[in-house]
Amino acid sequence: MEGRPFNDISYERFLSEGKLMGSRCPKCGVLFVPPRSICIKCYGTEMEWVEMKGKGKLAAFTCIAIGPPFMIKEGYDRKHPYVSGVVELEEGVRVVARIEGVDGSKPETIKIGTPLQVEFLHRGEGENSTTFLAFRPS
Amino acid sequence: MRVRRKLGRGVAVVGAGMSKFGMFKDADSKYLFAEAFNEMLSTVDKEIDPGDIDALYLGNFTNDFFIHQGHWGPIISDLIGLTPKPATRTEGACASSALAFREGVFAIASGFYDVVLVGGVEDMSKRSTEEVTQGLAMAASPYEVKAGFTFPGVFGAMATAYFAKYGASREHLMNVTIKSHNNARLNPKAQFNVSIRDIMNQRIERAKNKGEPIPAWRDEKEFLRDPRANPVVAWPMHLYDCCPISDGASCVLLVAEKIAKNFTDNPLYVVGIGQGSGKGLHAKEDLTYFEATRYAAQEAYELSGLKPEDVQIAEVHDCFSIAEIIHLEDLGFFEPGEGYKAVEEGLTRLDGPKPINTSGGLKCKGHPVGATGTGQLVEIWKQLRGEAGERQVPIKDLRIGAAQSLGGTGGTCTLTILERR
Repeated sequence: MEGRPFNDISYERFLSEGKLMGSRCPKCGVLFVPPRSICIKCYGTEMEWVEMKGKGKLAAFTCIAIGPPFMIKEGYDRKHPYVSGVVELEEGVRVVARIEGVDGSKPETIKIGTPLQVEFLHRGEGENSTTFLAFRPS
Repeated sequence: MRVRRKLGRGVAVVGAGMSKFGMFKDADSKYLFAEAFNEMLSTVDKEIDPGDIDALYLGNFTNDFFIHQGHWGPIISDLIGLTPKPATRTEGACASSALAFREGVFAIASGFYDVVLVGGVEDMSKRSTEEVTQGLAMAASPYEVKAGFTFPGVFGAMATAYFAKYGASREHLMNVTIKSHNNARLNPKAQFNVSIRDIMNQRIERAKNKGEPIPAWRDEKEFLRDPRANPVVAWPMHLYDCCPISDGASCVLLVAEKIAKNFTDNPLYVVGIGQGSGKGLHAKEDLTYFEATRYAAQEAYELSGLKPEDVQIAEVHDCFSIAEIIHLEDLGFFEPGEGYKAVEEGLTRLDGPKPINTSGGLKCKGHPVGATGTGQLVEIWKQLRGEAGERQVPIKDLRIGAAQSLGGTGGTCTLTILERR
């Protein structure tokens, strides 16, 4: 873990391993998720990896009826909308993620502030495999 | 934050034109830009010899991937006979031609050029909705795209955060839509130059003719609440909260202030320009405003010495209804959390104290993304010169107008303030 560069490739690889990781600047203590290699507060470059506990609450969301091709391929469409959201983690930072376990066709039932737990959605095989960051109500 | 900026010398707008905005099977980028250019030439009161144009700055976002042709600066330069004068393309997603305008201002203010053409063009309608949605998402952050966010999705999420913080609801967004349509009804260049009431009547007429059940909408809001008339795109953004897919072009002629009177007795002066950049959705300090717009606004206000209340009319970047409300607050026209109330009270109507998007806005005038920034300035040009026809605002001594653009999901934001003296 220590040798991995603080970039999106490492972030994605960690997701595939079931870990939500960020970088922290040891000098000023600021946390970044996804990771940054440069601290934008003190401009320190000595980052360290930190694993998130994976708990948070819903800060904003949308139920998407017209999605991009990769979501349509998963079976989502105008009759079956999916939910994407902004999640505020216990550690105090926010991430964007898919929101599972809620009904995208009943947006009035989805509440901001709902406690959430991280989930990793593994899709595809081999070189085409990718992991989507997701949360569901805890 | 303190910003201290000044222009090396004054810059004026002496001509402005746009094509009709819409979905055109038989019109491409070149055809549309020629239409805008010809109209611009016709608006220069004392005429301009196109050979006197020193340079072109052109905003364009999607042509590379929608029509597989890049490098639009020289193509448009050649189209209008400007070669071998320099042509530079600017790209700031939906704010692309707002950046072209700004670069043109800098080029003149520096003393390098005296006459510069700035504009934008976009050809979007030859692709499917899904392809356009995916293409536009290229201007979002990669994290947003992977989480499934589309453009309407990002603004939808911001709307839920705004609703939760300020107690607004979908009903308030409908006020923006109804107003935009009422204004666009008076704009022959608009893609949808019909009111919501007109659309309701058309639907009722069609149902009658076909012998189908006649919809019983009592008012515009009931129409907008009807999921058959106004389906969800990315909740709470519905079809009538979203700008359309559009083709179109627009351009503005900039000259050094000292020679402005050679072209017209009634030039508009560039008194404020500002630009900011913003973070992705996850990294925003607050989900209910755009840091980049606030920065751009501060820059433009400081340069002009004007305050938000001095701006008499404005075109703002209403790519989605919630965006218009947020911009009203970010530009300082209303306090945070008060924008939706101002719209509800009619303060932003054509005949209100602060008319917003008199053109119909992106929602109804159309949003050919690269053409939008200078397209907004075409409206401000018409209004400030008293040439807006049926939709001319009834403000006495109308002198100060502004246009605000937003690129991507808030990555690039600008504010331009023009003054008639």
